[in-house]
This record gives sequence, structure tokens and C-alpha cells, in this order.
Amino acid sequence: MKKINYIIISVLFSLLFIVLYLSLGNEKIYNTQDLVGKKISEVEINLFQSNESFNTKELTNNEFTILNFWASWCGPCRKEHPNLVRLSKIKNLKLIGVNFKDEKDNARNFLRENGNPFDILAEDKNGKNSVNFGVYGIPETILIDSELKILKKYIGPLNINDVNEIRKIVKK
Amino acid sequence: MLSNLGILFTIGTLFTSLFIIFFTFKEFKVVNNLIPSKIYKFTLFQLFFSISSFFVLLLAYILSDFSLVNVYENSHSNKPLFYKISGTWGNHEGSLLLWINILVLFSSLFLFLTKNNDKSFKILTLLFQNLLIATFLIFLLTNSNPFSGLFPVPLEGLGLNPILQDPALAIHPPLLYVGFVGSSIYFSAALAALISKIDSQSFAVSIKSWVLVSWFFQTVGILVGSIWAYYELGWGGYWFWDPVENSSLMPWFVMTALLHSILVLERRIGLFSWVIVLSILTFTMSVTGTFLVRSGILNSVHTFASDPSRGLFILSFLVLMVFSSIFIFFKFSPKEDKKYSIFSKEAFIIANNWFMIFFLGVVLIGTLYPVLLDTITGSKISVGPPYYNLILAPFLIPLLFLMTSGPNYKWISNEIRSLFNLVLVLSVTLFLITFFFIKEKNFLINLILFFSIYLITQTLFDFYESFKKKNINISRIISHLGFGLLIFFIYINHIFSVENNFNLKLGETKKTEYYSIKFVNLEEQSIKNYKSIIGYFNVTNKKNFTSKELKPEIRVYDKPFTITYEASINSNLFSDTYLTMSNISDTDVFNIKFQVKPFMNLIWLSVLLLSLGGVLNFFKRKKI
Repeated sequence: MKKINYIIISVLFSLLFIVLYLSLGNEKIYNTQDLVGKKISEVEINLFQSNESFNTKELTNNEFTILNFWASWCGPCRKEHPNLVRLSKIKNLKLIGVNFKDEKDNARNFLRENGNPFDILAEDKNGKNSVNFGVYGIPETILIDSELKILKKYIGPLNINDVNEIRKIVKK
Repeated sequence: MLSNLGILFTIGTLFTSLFIIFFTFKEFKVVNNLIPSKIYKFTLFQLFFSISSFFVLLLAYILSDFSLVNVYENSHSNKPLFYKISGTWGNHEGSLLLWINILVLFSSLFLFLTKNNDKSFKILTLLFQNLLIATFLIFLLTNSNPFSGLFPVPLEGLGLNPILQDPALAIHPPLLYVGFVGSSIYFSAALAALISKIDSQSFAVSIKSWVLVSWFFQTVGILVGSIWAYYELGWGGYWFWDPVENSSLMPWFVMTALLHSILVLERRIGLFSWVIVLSILTFTMSVTGTFLVRSGILNSVHTFASDPSRGLFILSFLVLMVFSSIFIFFKFSPKEDKKYSIFSKEAFIIANNWFMIFFLGVVLIGTLYPVLLDTITGSKISVGPPYYNLILAPFLIPLLFLMTSGPNYKWISNEIRSLFNLVLVLSVTLFLITFFFIKEKNFLINLILFFSIYLITQTLFDFYESFKKKNINISRIISHLGFGLLIFFIYINHIFSVENNFNLKLGETKKTEYYSIKFVNLEEQSIKNYKSIIGYFNVTNKKNFTSKELKPEIRVYDKPFTITYEASINSNLFSDTYLTMSNISDTDVFNIKFQVKPFMNLIWLSVLLLSLGGVLNFFKRKKI
């Protein structure tokens, strides 16, 4: 019995140490830019105005879609908002806003003040769904095509150059 | 100059350690009961060299001697003296030197203070402790030398990370180090006890003070870190289940278990092997924590600039330590066949131990799982508070219950006690009163609240009873009372905390359900090593019309360039009003985080009470 315990404990520790050794060589910084070129995951997201939800699969109907993660409490979101309004004027591009960890009243006021560029407004009250898109801070914007493939990922507020870049991609 | 002097002292420490290893190894085989005086002398020399090396580094920081890479990278001549001093251990190399100093200090204190006369036990403890010291010194000298020189000498240093420039954080690392590095001495003693076959009771007596000391410092260290996180990180939380916080909590669980098992061992009721395992495990957990923090495999506020070679060294050390402990344990472990009756004090203590080990397991898995998953499958996850709350909270209930009834059972007896008594009736009444005020719907939370009230009431009742009999176990009463209050206030705080996030311009007022917050004024100030933007806010409680002024700050440090957000907290015994502001670039709008957190000070006080129990136990022992 003693011998068996001895072997089991030693093997368990050895396994643990091997994994810890391997982890030393791992890339520690999670770079969500790596997600470009991959398909977005199929997720159900709650809609902002109603209790219904929509599946990201439905986005295959759009030629191009922008997913924008924002919140009323986020300063840079306020800054990038005019650029989203600019993008909303492009015909073959649909905008989906995901309201991130926000309070509904504040979010409504924000859109009333700055305009609502979004075709669909969704919400992610606790920030869980956004993780599926590799979003860990806001604002973040993802451009996808009709096959749900990520074409571009913008971390931080969109600037006017980004808007022009998106215009070019969508025109092709 | 200081660079060479520091290296000289460090090499001196290493050589004395090697001598001690050599002599203790030789002396171990000599059969007599006298420890030769040369071992005492070398230990004193070692202590001298080690403390001197630390003072050299301290001096280099105070004088801002930038000819040392370490000082250049982590200090600045404009920094207030207090932070120059704390900068000594605010970095990997300096803190490693502090580590070694504590190892050496505990080693010599053990040699000089332990009354135990078993020569081979004492000498072997010294041998193992010095093996630890020598290994860490080699690591320090070859990989992480705080005395590395720099030429040409730079005129100015790079500065200390501003979030570390804080009084609580200056003392937080040394406290924790005394806690978990201090556990090294009973690790060494446990291995020595196995080989020297010392009798279990005298082993218990000789390590008890060391366990108490390290447990006390670990508790206070965790508390200070928590307080720092609360007002400095600006999130309003005090415990985040951050992997590095977990690293300090894991040894704490084992220490707490050990503290209780020793009580059993002291009375010769058994648990010898178990106490040995716990002693080994405490230090193993401390080194594991150090590995996780220093290797950089975790991302956290505590991460030092990471360097894979450091991780590799600590991991190799850990492997060596764990496997030699396992080997020694299985080769020398004593035979035990004790039976415990269910309704005895020792049975409750064993149950307490299983809870502590369960908590340890949960936290260990939560901490390591993301690392393992990432390494094996490449997917990144993070384990957060929901996991810990979900798994740990239900188990608080039986733990609280054990703490309530356990202490009143007798040693080695099997007498069943009726649970129905005055205290229970009183606790139910108190709980119903509490419930009337809080109206909490969650059943689990209500249960936890009830059992914490039960523990508090029973402990106070025990105090009264033992006071009458003039036989007070004051340390147990204070610690258990502290724990009951801690759980009670944590949950009350959780239920009544209010948080609002909004944007505000100067002059505007935000009205929430219970408060109105007015942004009155904005001021800029220049202070020695940073610029400060101060917001003036008036917070009015709509219910009782009391008004408070809060002044959150945005600090812009120039060396290194960093912006920090200083929370403004209006604190009294019953409630904290907490406000942070952050600027939104290119606008005149500020983002405000407003929180009301009840009983924060009582949470801190409960932890102090908990640790105070440990200190009292220490003094109680001294009298005997």
C-alpha cells in the first residue's frame, strides 16, 4: 500500500511539473488580432429592446457586418461614435452594436445624444458573450463577411483612417 | 563600491551556509548530545553577512546609487525617502534578497531559541534550512543579482512603478515574506523529525511558535494587500481571486490546518504523519506561489518583468524539494494506528483540516487550471469569482457549524451533546432580526448569515462561561469570533453594496436612487514626483440629507510615465462612500464610478481580530 501511494503521488507531481515546465515556454499575452481570418463563433445574443435574442448565424444574410462593442461609460466609445455614424451610411454594410456591461437608461441616453448608427442593437449585460468574439476591453470593432469570417479587428476607438479602410474593403 | 561590498557579503553568506551544511552533515553522525560551538559561530557569521548585504542594498537605494542596475531600474532621486526604502523589495532581485534574509533569520532563531534538546533533530533542521539558503543564494548570484554594477553610472534612475508607491504596499511584501518564507523552518524541521525519529510531542512543541508566527504574518500580510487593492486599484473590491492573491491564500489554508492539528499532536493523540505532511505542504505551496508569480506564467497586477530562466530555476528547485520530501517521507514515515471517536475535540479538528484542504484544492485548481488548459489545448480561459463563490460558499456552512460546536467537545471523549440550547434560540432570534432588516431572498446567503451569527453568539457565550470558570482559551475565542464576524460582514457588505457608473461634466449633478452627486470643482496641483488633477464632489444622501465632500484624484507620474486613479473614500465604522474619476481624452467629460460599501472597516477589524488570536496564543505559551 505504501509503495503504491508513493508511486501515485510521484507520478501526479511529475505530470504537474511537466505541464508547468511546458507552460514556461508559452506566449503569455493573449493577442486577439490572431483571430483575423477565422470564423466568428455562433452565439445567441440578447437584443437590447426586447427579451428576444438573435443568433450570429443570421449574419450570413448580410454582405458585410460590423460588430461594435460599446458602453455609455466608456470614454473612447464616445469619441469613436461619429465614425460609426459615418459607417452606417454605407449600403452593403450592416452595423450591430453590442452594449457591453451597461445600464439600459444610460445606454439609451448615450444614443439619444450621439445618434443611433446601429441596425441591430444587442446587449451583453455581464460581458460573457463578448468573450466569444475575443473582446476583453471596449471599444472593439470586428468586420466580418457573409461567411462570418473576420476580415478586420480594431482594438480601441475607430478613427477616420479606419473608416476609409473599411469603406475600401466593402467596395471591393 | 556598494556593488562590490554587497557581492562580498552575499558570497560570505553563501560560504558560511556551505560550512554549516558541511559541519552539520559531519556532526549528525557523531553520537553525543552537544552541538559544537563552531556551528553556533558560523550561524552568527551567516546572520551578520546576510543582514549586512541587505543593508548595503538598502543604503544604495537611500543614497540613490545608480551604479547598481537594480537601483537604476527601480528608483529615482526625486522619490520620497520612504519609497526609496520600500523600493528595495519592490522588485524581483531585492525581494529575493529579503527572502534569503528571512530564511537565514529563521534558521538562526531556531538554533538559538528552540529549547528542544534532541541534537540530531536540531542539527538536521539546520542542515535542511541551509540547503534551502545555499540554493537560493546560488540563484541570486547567478541569475538575479541585485548588486550587478552599471558603468558608466547614469545620472538618474527610471523610478518605481507608481502603483507600488503606497504605504500599505511598502509593508505588504515583507509581511507576507515573513509568513511564507517563515514556513521554511517547519518544512526543514519536519524532514529532520522524520529522519531523527524525534517523538511526536516534542516535535509539536518545537514547531508551534514558528507556525503561529508565520500564520500571524501571513494573515496580516494578506489583510494589508487587500486594503491596498481596495483603495489603490480603484475598483472598490478587496478580493478578486486574482491568481497571485490565491498564491498567498493557499499557504494560509495549510497553515491554518497545521495550527489546529498541532493542538492534537501536542496532547499525544496522534496525527504525527499528518502534521509532517502539512508542514511540508505549507512551504511547498509558498514556493509554488513564488514560482507562479515570478515565472510570469500568470498575468496579474503582481507580475514582475518576467524572465523564463527565473521560472525554470524556481521550478527545478520545487521539483527537487517535492521529490526529496516525498522520498524522505515514505522512507521514514512513522507508523500510526490511532482511532478517533466521532464526538471528540480531535475529530472536529480533523474535520476542520479536511475543510482547509478542500479549500486549498478548490483554489489550487482554480489557479492552475487556466495554465494547464492553455498549455495542453491552447485555449485561454480565466477562472473568476463566480467559480469560487459557487464552490466555496456552501461549504462555509458546515465549517461555521464545526467552529461553533467543536471547541466545546472534550479531548478523547465520545460524549454526545444536545444542540438545542439557549445559544441556539438566541442565534435564531438574532438572525430573524437581521433578516427583518435585510430581507435577503437567497436561501444560501441566509443560511451562511445564520451560521455566522450562531458562531459569534456561541463564541461570546463561551467567553462568558470560561470567564466564570477563570479558564479562558482567549486566543481561540478571539480568532473564532473574528472569523464569524468576517463572514457576517462580508455577506452584509455584499448585499448592501451600491455601484453606479456614469459620465459627468464640471458643474453637473447626477441623481441616483439614494444619492445625488455634484461635480463642484476641478483643481490642478504639482507635487514632488507627480502632477495631480483633483475633482471636488458633493455627495448628498437623499434620505437623511447628510452631505460629504469627496476628492478623487488623477495622478500623472513622470518617472516612469504612468497615470493612476486615486479613489476618494469617506469612511466610517458603518459605511464607506467611494468615488473614482477618470478622464475621457479630448472631452471635458469625466467617467465617475460611485460606490457605497457598508462595513468595510468592520471587515478589516474582523481580520485583525482573527490574527490577534494567534498572537495571544503565542504569549500564552510563553507564560507556561
